[in-house]
Amino acid sequence: MSKSHVHPEVLPQALRAEALEALLIEKGLLVASAVDAVITRYSERVGPMNGARIVARAWVDPDFRQWLLEDGTAAISQFDLEGGQVEKLVVVANSAQIHNVVVCTLCSCYPWAVLGLPPTWYKDPAYRSRIVREPRTVLHEMGLELQPDMQIRVWDSSAEVRYMVLPEQPLDSAGMTEAELAERVSRDAMIGVAR
Amino acid sequence: MVDVSADGISEVRVALTELAGPGAPPMVNGELLFEFPWQSRAFGMARVLCEAGIFHWDEFRRLLISNIREWEDDHSTHTYAYYDIFLQTLTMLLAEKNLCPDAELDSRQLELSARPHGHDH
Repeated sequence: MSKSHVHPEVLPQALRAEALEALLIEKGLLVASAVDAVITRYSERVGPMNGARIVARAWVDPDFRQWLLEDGTAAISQFDLEGGQVEKLVVVANSAQIHNVVVCTLCSCYPWAVLGLPPTWYKDPAYRSRIVREPRTVLHEMGLELQPDMQIRVWDSSAEVRYMVLPEQPLDSAGMTEAELAERVSRDAMIGVAR
Repeated sequence: MVDVSADGISEVRVALTELAGPGAPPMVNGELLFEFPWQSRAFGMARVLCEAGIFHWDEFRRLLISNIREWEDDHSTHTYAYYDIFLQTLTMLLAEKNLCPDAELDSRQLELSARPHGHDH
């Protein structure tokens, strides 16, 4: 990090974090290399790719799709998810008539194991309250245009139940392999703020 | 010195379950979102201390959520700065456990802030 020479002030939080780390190291409570290792581990190992693999499987395998929609928790257990266990995962499918979108109105409950850490806007109070009241408007603001007759279903996550959207397979993706299809699945589509 | 394993697959599994839900950190495109290096240090410190058994993540998370709620009650129109509250929570918890008293931290922070420019990052 060497780009900050134009910035004469160091943030007080940066100084506080540095002071804390120095003290904890002196006290023998941690070593700097362990902190480095943790940061690397989290940066690289998690993310929405688990969810994308699951969606791609559902697109190519109708039996798996049915199982996934009936019992998401059980269906994803066959995937070796780096993300550990989801308490209860409910997968909701988009169709030509129905669009699903996920929120946590209470805080920021999120299907971490399949989608990684939530995006910043997911915890935004405006998203959390408005997506319930005026989903079409919020989705429009986020760049998603839905046909006027498209029904929108909003799913409110909780500590007990997490939701993931199963997007529709893109029309131009017929014949692709499962791995290629997984590349086409965006995180935002699995939250439901994209198609 | 507490030994912390470096490869950490099992820790990731545990942590992913622990971190999900209320008080989960922000992320962009599958990556943890750190706007400044100190934020990643704060996150890394908290996870290392947790993995070393200094505190349980639930304990940290309860305090984090309560600090977030308190902040949101005072500032209804803004989104909270996650890592500001995260760091505050971490220092609170360590002070409560008498592992790193506030006075000690304040004085070290003051020392660091007195360094000449060019020595601050």
